[in-house]
Amino acid sequence: MNTWKEWIFTTDHKRVGVLYLIGSLAAFGVAGIMALLMRWELTSIGPTLTENPSTYNVWLYAHGAVMILGFQIPALTGFFANYCIPLMIGAKDVAFPRLNAFSVWLFYVGIVLAVLTFFIPDPPDIMWTAYPPYSTITSGNTAFYTFTVLILGFASILGGVNFLTTVAYMRAPGMSWNKLNIFVWCTVAAFVLQLIFVPVLGTAVTLISFDKYLGTSFFDPARGGDVLIYQNLFWFYSHPAVYVIFLPFIGVVYEIVATFARNRVFNYKMVVYGGIFGIVGLSGVVWVHHLYVTGMADWIRIGQMVTTLLISVPVGFTVIGLVGTLYKGAISFETPMLYALGVIFLFLIGGLTGIPLAITSLTLHLSDTYYVVGHFHYVMAVAGTFAIFGGVYYWFPKITGRMYSETMGKLGFWITFAGTNVVFWIMMDIGVKGMPRRYFDYAHFPQFENAHQWMTGGAALIGVGFALAVINWIVGAARGAKAADNPWGSQSLEWTTQTPPPPGNWKDVPTIREEWDPYAYAQR
Amino acid sequence: MRKHLLAACAAAAATASRAAEAIRDPAAGWDRLWHEVIIDISILGVAFALITAWFVLRYRRRNPNEVGRAEKLTAAAAVGWTVIPMFVFMADDFFLAANGWQLWNAYRQPPAERIEIKLESGMYSWDYTYPNGVKAQNVLKVPAGKPVLLRMTSRDTIHSHFIPDFRVKEDSMPGRVTFMWFYPQKPGEHIVTCAEYCGIMHSYMVGKVVVVPEAEFAAWYAQEEKKLADGGRQTKKAGA
Ligand code: HEM
Ligand SMILES: [Cu+2]
Ligand SMILES: [Cu+2]
Repeated sequence: MNTWKEWIFTTDHKRVGVLYLIGSLAAFGVAGIMALLMRWELTSIGPTLTENPSTYNVWLYAHGAVMILGFQIPALTGFFANYCIPLMIGAKDVAFPRLNAFSVWLFYVGIVLAVLTFFIPDPPDIMWTAYPPYSTITSGNTAFYTFTVLILGFASILGGVNFLTTVAYMRAPGMSWNKLNIFVWCTVAAFVLQLIFVPVLGTAVTLISFDKYLGTSFFDPARGGDVLIYQNLFWFYSHPAVYVIFLPFIGVVYEIVATFARNRVFNYKMVVYGGIFGIVGLSGVVWVHHLYVTGMADWIRIGQMVTTLLISVPVGFTVIGLVGTLYKGAISFETPMLYALGVIFLFLIGGLTGIPLAITSLTLHLSDTYYVVGHFHYVMAVAGTFAIFGGVYYWFPKITGRMYSETMGKLGFWITFAGTNVVFWIMMDIGVKGMPRRYFDYAHFPQFENAHQWMTGGAALIGVGFALAVINWIVGAARGAKAADNPWGSQSLEWTTQTPPPPGNWKDVPTIREEWDPYAYAQR
Repeated sequence: MRKHLLAACAAAAATASRAAEAIRDPAAGWDRLWHEVIIDISILGVAFALITAWFVLRYRRRNPNEVGRAEKLTAAAAVGWTVIPMFVFMADDFFLAANGWQLWNAYRQPPAERIEIKLESGMYSWDYTYPNGVKAQNVLKVPAGKPVLLRMTSRDTIHSHFIPDFRVKEDSMPGRVTFMWFYPQKPGEHIVTCAEYCGIMHSYMVGKVVVVPEAEFAAWYAQEEKKLADGGRQTKKAGA
């Protein structure tokens, strides 16, 4: 009884982090089941699992919204940031522990709202993008969407204030900026983006509910509004949101790769000041690549083609840094490392298939097809999820004090990896051939039925693989072998405290020596 | 002699300007650029993948206590490893942007000699109006060999008129007029499908472009126009 209270009212950053992890994995489960239902529905032409297109549309809405807002962003900027940042910078906790507890509560309110989608009589069917006029005339409940976004956004802003303050003021003595873990830099950048851009999203989604319920006409052209303003506001946030996901997940991958290669990070300053800063700098001027077919002015469509292509420079830096970290390393292949290498592979495919999408004229054909869906699952959805799963495996011994099963971990990885490539490669292929996205049925594209069946099979594999991982964690946390303080032989600060770390993290706050750095292996 | 040269020059100029007038088919341009870009990204991808795979195999840990041997980069190497990849990526970016822009101009500068048709989309149909006032729903009949320009708007939600065979789509929206054009060259049928989520029946919002020989189109067009005129007279009579 008491321990329950200890968890719910906790202000310890590690416990808050674990609460974020549990909540976001639950959200992942729900949204994952939606994906399986959609895939099942699409196995044959015509109604398969349900007669009603609306049901499919609600699944798709829930899948997209919950995966992004309820799973990836909270897992990355909630769980990993909470658990790792204070330990990595040598702090006893975050700057505002009670604010931290408040934001995890808000997060739970948000995901409960999101899950209520399945229990209210008129669930939202507006897709996670909620474009008006449909979102303002549908009989679905747009307000649910608005409130879910506002609450999760608010939780995220509180997190941003908290972590920027923590990193700025609570680093251990001697922990200079250039000694910070790549993950810390990535998360700081992600929170800067959240603080700047979430308010824009908040505005956009509030205005659609105003239009729908209060009779305003921001987006209604019949009464002086304009439908495109919403799309501009929405993507002005939601493109940077892609980097809010990308940056922390690539940060997690950096930590894993450096530890399992026992190697320095290749060209640290290029990665931080070129890659991470460059992404933040460009993130606000590329949103129009989501509006290439909406009749925006020609000059801005061409202008943002150039800025979008230029993003390849900072993103290229982060990939070169990652691959370069393998050079002259001493690489071993435990489960977290498999996931990290998996991310490099998936991100390579996803990143390169994004190049045609940056080119405005090519997008006139590709936009809103399965090519886009395949591309963004590679680059963000599945790459991000692999990073999250790899990261959970990586810090699992520190968090729980126990080990997971290596065999089961590897088995789960390979099953998911195989399924992923089946599903999303085929998606890109039929997309180029013309299959549009958000289709409940594809009666006029009978030639794709076979491909759809393969994808459903692949999705089942993905499901099995992820389920194995989660089972592995539950069993490991309950009955795994006791873990050592530093089972991977990492240099990074979080592994130097005892396992699991006590409240307050350290007996004495560590003092950072001049020659120390989280990746100094060769000099050891 | 000089006369000769002048004549030759004039002839060359005439051919050049005729070539410039020749209609550039965006769909063919799309296929060409797509092909180029796929080769470009495949080379990049394979190069990165091979380097990564080689590192992974070459630098396996051989005994449990081994650590990585790479030293930190010198300042010069660090700068070099930043500036050189930057220029490589930027060169590729600008090359792609230039090609993309060229094709973009083909898409956005419809030839003057064209048939112009109005499109109003609605949940869930494509409603076309020809220059002579003839209306058609979901089936757009056009003559082979003539560029077709659609001026589009919507009476309810946002739809997107997507013709995969012609490699083109553009949203149709309430309160705004957008356009797209395509160049049907041979008789045949092409699916039109909605590419913007517009409501419950979005996936059933389908139509087709039917391309017919020019003479057949002319006959059909005149006949429809006559029907329209007769119909108009009929209603006028009924009204009177
Ligand atoms: C891992 C297994 C997954 C499978 C099998 C899967 C499958 C699908 C399918 C079938 C669609 C709908 C295609 C359509 O009708 O247009 C879709 C859409 C989407 N998925 Fe996933 N997905 C998975 C994971 C994820 C993850 C981890 C994310 C996290 C960001 C994600 C984000 C999205 C988004 C944002 C959409 C678009 C929603 C929309 O069109 O509004 N998916 N996915
Ligand atoms: Cu439509
Ligand atoms: Cu539609």
